[in-house]
Amino acid sequence: MKLKLERRVAPSQIMQYLSPLLAVGLTALTGLCMFIAMGKDPATAFYVFAVQPIENLYGVGELLIKASPLILIGLGLAVGFRANVWNIGAEGQLTVGVIFSGVVALHYGPQGGSWVLPAMVVAGAFGGMLWSAIPAFLRTRFNANEILTSLMLTYVAQLWLSYLIYGPWRDPNGFNFPQSEPLAPSALFPILIEGTRLNASVLITLAAVVFTWFILKRSFVGYQLQVVGLSEPAARYAGFNGRRAVWIAMLAGGVASGIAGVGEIAGPLGQLFPTASPGYGFAAIIVAFLGRLQPIGIVLGGLLISLLYLSGEAAQMTLNLPSAITGLFQGVLLFFLLGADILITYRIRVIPGTVKLKKVTA
Amino acid sequence: MTGPVGIAFPDGTPRLELRGICKRYPSVLANDQINLKVAPGEIHAVLGENGAGKSTLMKVIYGLVKPDAGELIWGGEAVAVTSPAQAQRLGIGMVFQHFSLFETLTVVQNIALGMTGKPDLGTLSAQIVAVSERYGLPVDPSRLVHTMSVGERQRVEIIRALLLNPRLLIMDEPTSVLTPQAVERLFETLRQLSDDGCSILYISHKLHEIKALCHAATVMRAGRVTGVCDPRQESPRSMARMMVGADLPVCRPSSIAAGTERCLVVDKLTRAADSAFGTALDQIDLVVHAGEIVGIAGVSGNGQKELLTALSGETPIPEKGRIELLGRPVGCTDPLTRRRLGLCFVPEERLGRGAVPTLTLAENALLTAHDSGMVKGGLLNFGAITAFTHRCIEGFQVKCGGPDAEARSLSGGNLQKFIIGREVLQKPKVLIVSQPTWGVDVGAAAFIRQTLIDLRNTGTAILVISEELDELFEICDSISVMVKGRLSKPIATAETDLTEIGLMMTGLSQRHDGHAAQRGSGDRQ
Amino acid sequence: MDTLSAIVIATLVAGTPLVYAGLGELVTEKSGMLNLGVEGMMLFGAVTAFAVTHATHNLWLGVLFAAFAGAVLAAIFALLTLTLKANQVASGLALAIFGAGASAFLGKPYVGVALAREPSELAAWVSGIPLIGSTLVLLHPLIYLSWAAFGGVFWFLYRTRAGLVLRAVGESPASAHSIGYPVNTVRLYAVLFGGAMAGIAGAYLAVVYTSLWVEGMTAGRGWIALALVVFATWRPERVLLGAYLFGGMTTVQLFAQGAGIPVPPEMMSALPYLATIVVLVLISRNPTLVQLNAPASLGKLFHGEA
Repeated sequence: MKLKLERRVAPSQIMQYLSPLLAVGLTALTGLCMFIAMGKDPATAFYVFAVQPIENLYGVGELLIKASPLILIGLGLAVGFRANVWNIGAEGQLTVGVIFSGVVALHYGPQGGSWVLPAMVVAGAFGGMLWSAIPAFLRTRFNANEILTSLMLTYVAQLWLSYLIYGPWRDPNGFNFPQSEPLAPSALFPILIEGTRLNASVLITLAAVVFTWFILKRSFVGYQLQVVGLSEPAARYAGFNGRRAVWIAMLAGGVASGIAGVGEIAGPLGQLFPTASPGYGFAAIIVAFLGRLQPIGIVLGGLLISLLYLSGEAAQMTLNLPSAITGLFQGVLLFFLLGADILITYRIRVIPGTVKLKKVTA
Repeated sequence: MTGPVGIAFPDGTPRLELRGICKRYPSVLANDQINLKVAPGEIHAVLGENGAGKSTLMKVIYGLVKPDAGELIWGGEAVAVTSPAQAQRLGIGMVFQHFSLFETLTVVQNIALGMTGKPDLGTLSAQIVAVSERYGLPVDPSRLVHTMSVGERQRVEIIRALLLNPRLLIMDEPTSVLTPQAVERLFETLRQLSDDGCSILYISHKLHEIKALCHAATVMRAGRVTGVCDPRQESPRSMARMMVGADLPVCRPSSIAAGTERCLVVDKLTRAADSAFGTALDQIDLVVHAGEIVGIAGVSGNGQKELLTALSGETPIPEKGRIELLGRPVGCTDPLTRRRLGLCFVPEERLGRGAVPTLTLAENALLTAHDSGMVKGGLLNFGAITAFTHRCIEGFQVKCGGPDAEARSLSGGNLQKFIIGREVLQKPKVLIVSQPTWGVDVGAAAFIRQTLIDLRNTGTAILVISEELDELFEICDSISVMVKGRLSKPIATAETDLTEIGLMMTGLSQRHDGHAAQRGSGDRQ
Repeated sequence: MDTLSAIVIATLVAGTPLVYAGLGELVTEKSGMLNLGVEGMMLFGAVTAFAVTHATHNLWLGVLFAAFAGAVLAAIFALLTLTLKANQVASGLALAIFGAGASAFLGKPYVGVALAREPSELAAWVSGIPLIGSTLVLLHPLIYLSWAAFGGVFWFLYRTRAGLVLRAVGESPASAHSIGYPVNTVRLYAVLFGGAMAGIAGAYLAVVYTSLWVEGMTAGRGWIALALVVFATWRPERVLLGAYLFGGMTTVQLFAQGAGIPVPPEMMSALPYLATIVVLVLISRNPTLVQLNAPASLGKLFHGEA
């Protein structure tokens, strides 16, 4: 008996929605096997991973506040991926967003004023945009691969922030810990729900979801990006400006990442640390894929990855597993997702073994 | 009675026989109970239009594709050809329509790759030279392939196949890349091979060539064999009937005279090659008037691609030369600007350039026709898009699953009709078409040619670039020839013939524009 | 020991992981496969080497297992891209993310653990060689092996038929397939080789360059190796050159800090990354150069016949 991959006549619509679910299921299965192999009770592990993090209001707030930057960055990246522009440096753009908004927060925050927070958002967006403009420029002008340039810039950005936090921005009253002084109240997002850390930055994300949906589905610009991503010669034939597409794609990711960074320091963190985020810039790549580069899917994907982050923390506390398990599961999930996608264009056929017919002699 | 492979059998056993070959793909039955017999030393044509299943059948014989049913009998013995390597061992060679050559390697390296074992390159070079001299196919073994013209590359492919001493040689549409003179030389080579006892399977849809060359013909239509005949006894018309199932449609020629307005003017266009594998353009002069069809003949690889991208705006030209559209200079503008001025363009690559394969027909209509009311304030107007697509599908007889069918689900002919329809519906003042009926079935081809003639009669200036000389003679008012980046002065179609144009394509003729005479022989194509 | 030899040795030492990873990715890309997961394969190799060496006190066993670990990860990439026809860029990224996550997870028990340095019999014997022995022994055997690997890759690609086939597959898989070569098999071997080499590079970092395991210790070297292959226009001798140029950059950083030059250490650390961007731009801006040297089918999906 053999399994054969046979090309479908037309891509399966159902599988477009099913394959992320299949990937999640397979990841969960892998996780269960891992737990059994490590001697942990699978039922407890499942509870810790899937249920415990969100069993109370605070937990739900955590879920949303972690999902917010993931979704925001994921939206920005999805715009880019559609146009075949691979912005892998979102983490760096987030970092520079933190730096730029940090300038505003640390210098003007203590004086107060309702303009501080919006200024921070603008500064953060600008910072992220600047950092993503560099790879965009290098690609459109010199044809340099944006994956490598944006990634290199991520390392540079992290070193930059590290220098600032260990140096000029170190909190004088912080017992020499590498952290900035806490941000003044005027530099923080207001909390939306009492008893949680859920703050107003999620509203920005919500607006971004609607805005992105419009751009991608209804606008001519979104269509042009799609064509550029699907077929470069067709885009050139149609006269769609490939360079402009690269700029839009990269800047979208940069702005989103920068604002997400502001959301972190003006939100749950409340101050600046040498690492701007627990890898949201990279996790957002998975969110974008999980969500099939569609806004609704990205929301769902963001919630799932956010849950995975919380699970990691819960696992560390309750199951005594390293929190790095989050990264492991993220990778596994992406693998399964990429693998399951084959079922969209191919189907599996089972070929039964050939039965030898005996010749009938009269 | 069998003997070693390669010896002619006195009892008339065919060299190759196919019985009941079937091959099904998910969306089409490519081969349906195919029977075929090729005698030793026979030049046997497999005749059929695009999509008839000829290529699939050849791939079955050569071991690239496994048939679902049927037998292959070689020299009287049933064999299963499981790979090209095994086909070669049996003595079957194949020259593909689209060459399998590696550009950055030399001729001898390329040929060495095609052979099993580790041949010594020096000995191999000597063998290449010997074969090339014997059959009149001049080739330099140490040349890098990317420096060679299309005709030269085909010679490499043929020599590669001949070096394996085949008893059956399959040639898949070999003349689509050759000038008429080069076709003649190829035929001499093939006749010599046939005299030496090698059978030849000659795949083509060109009736005149088959009549001139072949001893026998098997005609295929829609995956089945519709007839076996001797082309020397048949007329092109009777063979066409077997091929198409009806009489070949004929275009109604136009009697309206051309206009006088100079819609497209190209003046001394010069451009360096934009890649290592490209051709430079040299002082191109071209005028297309309203209500006229100007044709450019030439084997591809002589600068047509570069001229087209300069005209469409996909690569803006630097300083030298001038392009004018309806009196306005457009040399540095992008395709969108030129479209707004009234230029429409049908490229030779349907899937991947003229249309995006995974998008629907409606989405592909948006690709170039977006100025026809489909975009309002930056947002898409789905109603207008669907309406346009319907008009295109109905007006141009596009057989498809509706506006939501993916572009790649259409057959070549239908997709081409859609693309041409999309451009024509935009009421262009100038239309440029490249290879309008390449890979298109006969019915759609005739429809497309008639569409162009009708469009001409409404006053549109049309430029057609095509490798099919018959087509150009059928629809064009005048023909120019493109050779090595230079364009000849146009000649009225009525005042010239195939031979003369063919000569011009090799660069030998006097009527070629008064530039420095081409050095070198007709070897240069 | 004078400064010049110190610089040379430091450069060689720092450049070696890039040599291994770069040569491995070169072979992979020559076959037309773009494997962006080098960073992940290196990390996975690093943690494997550390764990095995720690357990067995045998460095060579650690390196061997690291090569195997890298190849396993590369096999996942091959499965996704060759069999399941997934996008190569996305699959490579997935590999990088997985490798980082898996190595962090598996390496948790080893953080802060030091590897015991065993005195090597081989080293003692080599330093006994008259005249050159004392110099030879300054470099770890893996560095010499990296040179052998370079020689091997060069000879393979340009002097053997198998190498010619690999290059042909990378240039035009369709043509290679119609001649009858097993395109996917060739690519699989190339990918596995790249994985093994990346694993060895990671092993070198974890058990030779340092004797520690730190999460994410490759610090982007895998990505730099990818840029290196482009910078080298896919020629092995230039990969070697580029690897040592980058190694030199790391050395400069160390010496500048040692010499007391008042530049913030983070800025010096940023040099290799900035340098990578610069070289990438320098090479990419010449499209003809790239077109003539890059494997034409790099990163594109190949559909085999039914």
